[in-house]
Amino acid sequence: MPLLFALAAIIAIVATVLAISRSNVVHALLYLIVSLLATAVAIYALGAAYLAALEVIIYAGAIIVLFVFVTMMLNLGDAVQRQERAWQPGRGWIGPGVLAALLLGEFIWMVTEGGLGSQVHRVAPKAVGMLLMGEYVVGVELASMLLLAGIVAAYHLGYGLLPKQKAQQPTSETTEVGTK
Amino acid sequence: MISMGLLFAGVLFVLGVAGLLARRNLLMILVSIEIMLNAAGVAFIAAGALWNQADGQVMFLFILATAAAEVAVGLALVLQVNHLHHTVDADAVRQMKD
Amino acid sequence: MYGWLWLEPVIPFATSAALLIAGRRMGRRAAGWIGTGAIAASTIIAALLTWQFIVHPPSGGAYTQVLWQWFAVAGFHPRISLYLDSLAVVMTLVVSFVSFLIHLYSAEFMAESEGYERFFAYMNLFVASMLTLVLASNLLLLFLGWEGVGLCSYLLIGFWYDDEVNGLAGRKAFIVTRAGDVAMTLGLVLLVTRLGTLDIQELMHRVTLQWHYGAMVAEVAGFLLLGGAVGKSAQFPLQTWLPDAMAGPTPTSALIHAATMVTAGVYLIARLHVLYALAPMAQLAVALAGFITLVIAGFSALTQHDIKRILAYSTISQIGYMFLALGVGAWSAAIFHLVTHAFFKALLFLASGVVIQALHEEHDIFKMGGLRKRLPLAFWCFIFAGSSLAGLPLITAGFYSKGVIMWSAHSSAQGAWWLWAGAMAGAFMTALYTFRLIFVVFYGEPRQAHPPITRYPGPAINWPLGVLGFLSMLAGFIDLPAAMGGREALSGFLTPALPRFLALRPGMGEISSELLASILFFAGVYLIYLFQLQKPGWSAQLAGPGLGDTAHRFWFADWGMDWLYEKTLVHPVAWFARVNKADGVDRIYDGIAWLSEYFHRGLSRTENGRLRWYAGWVTAGAIVLVALAKW
Repeated sequence: MPLLFALAAIIAIVATVLAISRSNVVHALLYLIVSLLATAVAIYALGAAYLAALEVIIYAGAIIVLFVFVTMMLNLGDAVQRQERAWQPGRGWIGPGVLAALLLGEFIWMVTEGGLGSQVHRVAPKAVGMLLMGEYVVGVELASMLLLAGIVAAYHLGYGLLPKQKAQQPTSETTEVGTK
Repeated sequence: MISMGLLFAGVLFVLGVAGLLARRNLLMILVSIEIMLNAAGVAFIAAGALWNQADGQVMFLFILATAAAEVAVGLALVLQVNHLHHTVDADAVRQMKD
Repeated sequence: MYGWLWLEPVIPFATSAALLIAGRRMGRRAAGWIGTGAIAASTIIAALLTWQFIVHPPSGGAYTQVLWQWFAVAGFHPRISLYLDSLAVVMTLVVSFVSFLIHLYSAEFMAESEGYERFFAYMNLFVASMLTLVLASNLLLLFLGWEGVGLCSYLLIGFWYDDEVNGLAGRKAFIVTRAGDVAMTLGLVLLVTRLGTLDIQELMHRVTLQWHYGAMVAEVAGFLLLGGAVGKSAQFPLQTWLPDAMAGPTPTSALIHAATMVTAGVYLIARLHVLYALAPMAQLAVALAGFITLVIAGFSALTQHDIKRILAYSTISQIGYMFLALGVGAWSAAIFHLVTHAFFKALLFLASGVVIQALHEEHDIFKMGGLRKRLPLAFWCFIFAGSSLAGLPLITAGFYSKGVIMWSAHSSAQGAWWLWAGAMAGAFMTALYTFRLIFVVFYGEPRQAHPPITRYPGPAINWPLGVLGFLSMLAGFIDLPAAMGGREALSGFLTPALPRFLALRPGMGEISSELLASILFFAGVYLIYLFQLQKPGWSAQLAGPGLGDTAHRFWFADWGMDWLYEKTLVHPVAWFARVNKADGVDRIYDGIAWLSEYFHRGLSRTENGRLRWYAGWVTAGAIVLVALAKW
């Protein structure tokens, strides 16, 4: 297990580094998917198999797909990519790098100071479910409300942005929904 | 010997921070935020595994929900910004200042 | 019948509110009728209650009507309740009756004045407040009435607010009495903290139980309440506001600044006589305040030119007599003089109003003269009221009421020969200034050509004058000294509420004191007759350059009291205000404002609208916080 975890973690970290440094958004998203899949493996190695599945389904599946859709809708083009490339290398990364390094240092310091062990316990999904529908049921309700608010906000913000496209292709949309 | 899970989460988190600070593309900023949220979730799972508590996993679920809502609203905002300003450059969107 | 008591203050209060709200729409006639009618109703109730009180006295000699509990805080729950004992009966009757006569007078007198409805609204409010003051069963309600009459006084002094001088006079009255009221408030707080109640009867009961004779706390309470009384009743050293208060309409001067409100201090001290009986020093201070006031106000009255100011100083001086009586423990004598004074002083003011109006707002007595034939009614009013004021022996009210006080000043346990001598000197002065006024205004030749008198007073003015003249003469017969028949209608009636006066010092008899007062009266009248009418040159000579002139100017300016306050209080404050114009204290706050603005400018520079810049600072903050937390 530790080996699996180490491997997955290394892949995830490398993929994340690549993801945040790509000038092409689609490339970045692809690396991010790799990173998330590797994270899912790491989560599995940490004994949370159920959440590993959710990580794949929701993060890698739903959220990143959403990103990809939006990226495609924006259709930013070469000019933006050239600009990105112009911004990318060099001094732009110095400040963030320093801050991130400081934060990481503090983080490591905290974790080591805390004297936490490295044991890994498996927590069965059943316990999670019991807790979720018992003690945290109010939290679940709040989360559902948050999601509802997110839907409403997204609808409101997106409303009327692409009216022409909507009008042009009503049939394709309905068929898409229908096939789903 | 320290908890590798927590360490991993920390590394992911600071990578997200670095991306957030370094990138000017709004989409990439959102991506960085996703990375940070994900890292926080991993930290919860690692902590739960460390103390044999299910609460960590519950928190991950909540973070998942938050991330989903956040990304929906955030991306809608990006669309809106692009519609109004024809750019996704974060530094170009400073109307609040003036 | 007693249950109607609450109506007595409530009716004028209600009409006052109605006149304030809808007075303009009612029209002048209706406003006058309503304003006067309300007081008439109050007077009728007061008269009926008096009758009831005499025929069927309530058990225990007092009737208490609890209306409701005012509030309840930390064991202190004052009630809105009225207390009717013999003292309150006398006071309500006098206040409402004199108010009624003056309202009737005003209905005609003010007919051509602007703000007729406003005038009646204020006057009714005044009567309501005064009755509240008199009937209040606890000191807090009394204080409400006390401040209510102060407010009305302020409003009515500045009634013709177009003229800045009137406004300033009103402000002066308000501020000077406020100085006294601060002391009074402290006194109330002292009483309530020490004894836990402000209900007067309960308070007096606890005072006798808990405080012994001459206790320090009793002295302090007595002094503080005396401060309030001195301010309201225009006694030394707070008498300076009353002469200026004459800026108000003449009926106001008659009602508020002569007959009723200014005697509130007398009433207060009489009400709290149990407390003062336990505080010899405070009681001596009462006597001293009265003594000093009656003498110095007499001198000031002798030098004034303005007819109303003469009467104002005379009022101050007469209230000084009342304070003197209170100070020597002659409680009912003070109330007796209060009653007779209310009649004759109201009459003097009302008659002076007739004179002033007839001469087109002329106030200077040295521009009048020879009015005896032209204004016979006013002349006779002045003769009646003036001789009552100066104490014409045997037939006037003032002779009896003042005679009792002078005799008490000597014969009381707290009395002294010098108090008596001062009172005698004051009586002499009273004769001088009163008849100086009468001789100058009504005798001789007109000193200045006045336009012919076009407006003669009608019945609404004549009747009140006649009734008051009648009372100025006869009101004295309700109480006669033992040597002259020994009638005690008033003091006997007051006995349950105010203890009987006991003459502890035999010495001089009452009759010789009265005799001396009579001699002084005639001497004074003859002297002033000589100076003003027979040998007018003498008075000019006396007031010529040198000592006479200096004294004249000194007395004219009220013994320099205003000057003293100007120098010791107004100037330092004004100086400090001038020095502090740039506001040294404000500098500190300016500095704070400047500093926060400085930081604001610094911080607003960081607000550059860059999302990543903000995120960077958030990160830096997180780093610092984590570092601090881990330290």
